[in-house]
Amino acid sequence: MERSFLLKNPSVLVFLAVLAMFTIAVTVMSEAFGAGLVSTSFVKTLGKTLCLALIALAMDLVWGFAGILSLGHFAFFGLGGYMIGMWLMYERTRLIVEESMAQAAIPPTDSEVVDAIGSQIFGVVGSADFPPIWMFADSLTAQLVLVVAVPGLLAFVFGWLAFRSRVTGVYLSILTQAMTLALSLYLFQNDSGLRGNNGLSGLQNLPGVTASQDFVSIWFFWASALALGLGYLFAAWLVSGKFGSVLRGIRDNEARVRFLGYSVEGYKLVIFTVSAMIAGVAGALYYPQAGIINPAEIAPIASIYLAVWVAIGGRGRLYGAVIGAVFVSLVSTYFTGGQAPNINLGVYVISWVDWWTVLLGLSFVLVTLFAPQGIGGLVDLFARRQHPERHGADLGPDKGALRESEAEQ
Amino acid sequence: MSTLLEVSGISVTFDGFRAINNLSFDIGPAELRAIIGPNGAGKTTFMDIVTGKTKPDAGKVLWGEMSRNLVGLNEARIAQEGIGRKFQKPTVFEDQTVQENLLMALKKNRGAFAVIFWRPTGEDLDRVTELAGEIGLANELKRKSGELSHGQKQWLEIGMLLAQEPRLLLVDEPAAGMTPSEREHTTAILVEAAKTRAVVVVEHDMEFIRRLDCRVTVLHEGSVLAEGSLGHVTADQEVIDVYLGR
Repeated sequence: MERSFLLKNPSVLVFLAVLAMFTIAVTVMSEAFGAGLVSTSFVKTLGKTLCLALIALAMDLVWGFAGILSLGHFAFFGLGGYMIGMWLMYERTRLIVEESMAQAAIPPTDSEVVDAIGSQIFGVVGSADFPPIWMFADSLTAQLVLVVAVPGLLAFVFGWLAFRSRVTGVYLSILTQAMTLALSLYLFQNDSGLRGNNGLSGLQNLPGVTASQDFVSIWFFWASALALGLGYLFAAWLVSGKFGSVLRGIRDNEARVRFLGYSVEGYKLVIFTVSAMIAGVAGALYYPQAGIINPAEIAPIASIYLAVWVAIGGRGRLYGAVIGAVFVSLVSTYFTGGQAPNINLGVYVISWVDWWTVLLGLSFVLVTLFAPQGIGGLVDLFARRQHPERHGADLGPDKGALRESEAEQ
Repeated sequence: MSTLLEVSGISVTFDGFRAINNLSFDIGPAELRAIIGPNGAGKTTFMDIVTGKTKPDAGKVLWGEMSRNLVGLNEARIAQEGIGRKFQKPTVFEDQTVQENLLMALKKNRGAFAVIFWRPTGEDLDRVTELAGEIGLANELKRKSGELSHGQKQWLEIGMLLAQEPRLLLVDEPAAGMTPSEREHTTAILVEAAKTRAVVVVEHDMEFIRRLDCRVTVLHEGSVLAEGSLGHVTADQEVIDVYLGR
C-alpha cells in the first residue's frame, strides 16, 4: 500500500531524497561535526527555514487545495511555540532555582521551589504567581500534547463558527486576520499569563543539556528536517486520494461538491484543524531555534508573508509551498541581514534593508499576474504538463463540441 | 402509484418578487417527467428548493416512503438522501481527471474521515470504467475533464449523477450546446435511467422533449399551469397563450 503510494507520487520520493541530501550536507559542513563551513547561527537559520517550509506546507493544504485563504496561520505557529516555550522556560528556571537553593541550610520545600520559579519567570511583569495556563508547564509530555492540541482546538472552534455560517473568500481571510490580531493583542498584555511583550526567552537552552549550541543547533536542524519530511509525506498521502479530490473540488466549486452529498463545512473544518496542528508543530520546532518568542511574532503581517511565500512558490502543489518558503525566507535573510550591497544612484542610495519589502511586494504582484503557478510551475515546463484552458463562448448551438479559443488554433 | 417526491404548496419570494407561488408537484419512483415554461417561470428555483439551496417561505417537500420533509435540511444531506442534480452549465471539476470526477461521485460514505482512508478497490475502478463507457468517455478516463468538449462535459456530469445512484435525478437543460447526435445519446441515457428511478428534466427545446416521450409539467409564474402528455399540454389554450404562442 505504502509502496504503491510512493510509486504513484514520484515527487514525494524526489522531495524526500533532496531533503535527506540537504540534511546530510549541512551536517557534514556544520561546526559540530566537521568542516565548520557553515556557522552555527546559519545552521539555526536553515533549521528555522525548514520549520517555515513546514508551516507553508500546512498553508498550502488549506489554501492551495481547499481554497481557504487563511491569513492567520501564524497564530497557530506561535501557539505551538508558546506551548513548548513554557516547558523550556519552566524546566530551565527550575534547575537554576534548585541549584541555588541547594546551598541553603534547610532544604527548600516543593512549594518554595515553585514560588521561586514563579518569581523568576514572572518578576518581569510584576507578578510571582503561576497563572492557571501554566498548570502543565512542568510536564514535557503534557506540553508536547498541547503543541498540537491548543492550535487544533483554536482552529476547530474558529473554523466551526466561520464555516458553519458559510463565510468564504475575502471575508474569511479578514476574519482570520482578526483572529491572529486579537490573539497577538491579548498576549501583549502583562496579565495574559505569558509575560506580555517580553514573551518567553532563553528557549535555545535545553534544560539539563550541557552540549554547546553547535550541537543543539544541529539537533534541532535534524528534528526540523524530520518533521518536514514526515509532514510532507502525511500531506501528500492526505491529498493523494479522494479526500484530496474533494478538497480541490471545494476550492473550484463549493456548491457542486455540496450537491454531490459532501458536507463542505465538515471537510473544511477537518483540513483547517489538521493544518493548524501542523503549524503548531512547526512553531514548536522554530522557537527553540530562534531562542525567543513574543506576541509580535503572531502579528497579522507574519501570516500575510506566509501567503506570499506560498503564492510565489506555487500553491496547489506541496513542493511549491516548500520552495516558496525556503526561497523567499532565505532571500529575505540575505537582504535584510545587511549582506546585500546597497545600490548608489547618486541622488539616492537604495538600502535593501528598507527596500526589500518593496521588492517582495513587487514580485508577489508580478507572480500573481504573470505566473500564477509560481516557481513550482517551472516543473511543468519540464514535464510538459498542460493545464486545461478551455474558456470562451460556444461557437453555436450545434457546434457544442468546439469552443471559441480552440477553433482559433 | 406511490410517490417518491411530493412537493405541496411551496411559495418563495425574492425581494418582493414571488418566484414560486403555491406550487405542487409529485413524481413516482420510476418516472420520467419534463418541466417546461418560459424564462422566469420558476423552473430553476423549483430545483433549488428541492435540493435545499433555497428555503421556501411556505410549503413542504415530502420525500420517500416515510414522507420525510426535506425543507430545512442542507444540500449535502439532501444529496445523501438520493437526490442528484445536474446544472444548466456543465459543472465538472475541470482540474481533475474524468476518473477522479467519477470516483468522487460514486455512492460511498461521504464522511470526511471515511474519505481520508478510502482508496478505490478494483471493483470501484471497474464501475467507473463501466460508467465511462455508458457516457462515451471510456478512452478519456485519465484526461483532465477541463480538456473535454462541451458536450463531453455534459455527459461527464450525467455520468457523475448516475454514479451517485440517486433515486431522483434533477436535470437542468441537458441538451444545451449539444450536437444532434449527442442529443440523441443524451435522450437514450435519460430514458434508460428513468426505468429504475425518477428523472425530472427541465428543457426549453421542444424537439428534445418530444423525443423523451413523457409526461410534461408546464410552469408559469411560479405555479403549475398544465400537466399531461406533450400533445395534451400543447393543445391547452392557456399554455399556447403564455408560452408556445409567443
